[in-house]
Amino acid sequence: MIEVKDITKQYGDNVVLDNVGMQFHKGKVTSLIGSNGAGKSTLLSIISRLLSQDGGIVMVDEKNVTEYKNKMLAQRLSILKQSNHIRLKLTVRELVSFGRFPYSQDKLTESDYNMVDRAIQFMDLKDIENSYIDELSGGQKQRAYMAMVVAQDTEYVLLDEPLNNLDMKHSVQTMKTLRRLADEWGKTIIIVLHDINFASHYSDYIVALKDGKIVYHDETENIINENVLKDVFGLKITICEIDKKRICNYFN
Amino acid sequence: MRALVLTIILLFLAFVSLFVGAADITFADIINWDIEKIELISISRIPRTAALVLAGVGMSVSGVIMQQMTQNKFVSPTTAGTLDAAKMGLLIFIIFTPTAGTTVKMISAFVFTFLASILFLTIVRKIKHRNVIFVPLVGLMFGGIIGSVSTFFAVQLNIVQDTNAWMMGDFSSILQGRYELIYLTLPAIFITYLYANKFTVIGMGEDFSKNLGLNYNAIINIGLFCVSLTVSSVVITAGSIPFLGLIVPNVVSMIFGDNLKKTLPLVALSGAIFLLICDIAGRVVIYPYEIPIGVTVSIIGSIIFLLLLLWKKR
Ligand SMILES: Nc1ncnc2c1ncn2[C@@H]1O[C@H](COP(=O)(O)OP(=O)(O)OP(=O)(O)O)[C@@H](O)[C@H]1O
Ligand SMILES: [Mg+2]
Repeated sequence: MIEVKDITKQYGDNVVLDNVGMQFHKGKVTSLIGSNGAGKSTLLSIISRLLSQDGGIVMVDEKNVTEYKNKMLAQRLSILKQSNHIRLKLTVRELVSFGRFPYSQDKLTESDYNMVDRAIQFMDLKDIENSYIDELSGGQKQRAYMAMVVAQDTEYVLLDEPLNNLDMKHSVQTMKTLRRLADEWGKTIIIVLHDINFASHYSDYIVALKDGKIVYHDETENIINENVLKDVFGLKITICEIDKKRICNYFN
Repeated sequence: MRALVLTIILLFLAFVSLFVGAADITFADIINWDIEKIELISISRIPRTAALVLAGVGMSVSGVIMQQMTQNKFVSPTTAGTLDAAKMGLLIFIIFTPTAGTTVKMISAFVFTFLASILFLTIVRKIKHRNVIFVPLVGLMFGGIIGSVSTFFAVQLNIVQDTNAWMMGDFSSILQGRYELIYLTLPAIFITYLYANKFTVIGMGEDFSKNLGLNYNAIINIGLFCVSLTVSSVVITAGSIPFLGLIVPNVVSMIFGDNLKKTLPLVALSGAIFLLICDIAGRVVIYPYEIPIGVTVSIIGSIIFLLLLLWKKR
């Protein structure tokens, strides 16, 4: 389980995270929602030790992240940031293979290759696996980065707006893949989403951030509620039910 | 396979290199065991060829490491002040300990290149907009500043001519007993090869490196060490060879990509081949005189580079 306690982060006088505490359920998909600048990316970066906090601690499996060896943590927790620029000329397959780096630094084993194949298949990259990433479209690139994280095969997977640049089909496919990772492989997924309908459909829990504070956290059905969403986003959202699924309409 | 082809080409050129020069030596002389000519070969020709190969491998591999560390394809010992720092190290050595031996000279150059590389990397990390062109421009300015400080002292001490003479890349005066420091590039090259995958990860940036569990700063330090050791030992033995660390890695990257595990041997071999060709050309064109290697490297290198850019555009 990942648990954050009293996390505080500020840039100058701007308090970006204010005493944030939270437990993320194991084997579940948890969505982080909130307006631009609410602190979602900052929280994710702190959990994954890419950024250091000003106060508070992050526990992964009852152990402070700072106590983990780099390699051991990389086998347990992975992160994909909101925007990524790899300027190297690597093929999709080579990039995804680097997801196995925490396990086999220099020589990939049979099982590493299987994992790479699976990740490529999961992210629907088979037909472009030998293309160089600097020649791909934005969405294809995003899927290649995702595949690298999938190949890393960690207990905890943190993704910051992974649907960026993806078309509808691949967005849905990606979310289904994440569900599968949680349901079949027992992975714990923490994901930042902007489209509330994706959050509503595919996550077990939703955590809402506002001005650096967690304002709501609960099971999905308790968050997808007109009053709650209005409070979080400052936007009137009507919720209708289609085929027994709640759809949020925010085009008002 | 590609590496094999390149190795054969390299061996062939190294062989040619042994038999080109002002004094006429043929393969037959060796078979006839002509003592005088064999001595010439072992005193001057073999050291020269060995130095060319090591400098070619060393400078291009250093270029690759620097490009990975800064995530910028246009950074190289020439465009990051590294060569200027080595020069300053030599100058300081001349000023303060004119009588000390080559070891002190080496240490002095190494320390200066190492410090300058750290400083450059710190500056690069501080830059907010890491524009592809901006970073090497900063590097050139940085090198310019170091260079002008050196020149200032050289002028004061009336040794401008001397300092310029050392810096001019030149393999013609290499002799047995006076070039062995260049073998210090070997450990650096070996370490780089062992760490090839780690240097590829470094090139993905700090966040990806951390995500993959790599100790980013430790690898950066190893990279700085290897680059400084290579550049300073090459500069001390042969002077500065411009653009090699820029051209060779870029050409290899354009054709074969950036997966260093796969491409580092190609970079190393191509660097040596390229330098041997430049040296042979310089020795042949105005025979029995020689064109300085810096000139041939710049001309041949920029032509290849331009052709590749145009070819890539199509
Ligand atoms: N390096 C930085 N220096 C100063 N302020 C920063 C820095 N990084 C983030 N911030 C500030 O921290 C706040 C939270 O940023 P964060 O990236 O966590 O937001 P977010 O919730 O991910 O937003 P978005 O939905 O736009 O991605 C913002 O107000 C931002 O201006
Ligand atoms: Mg964000």
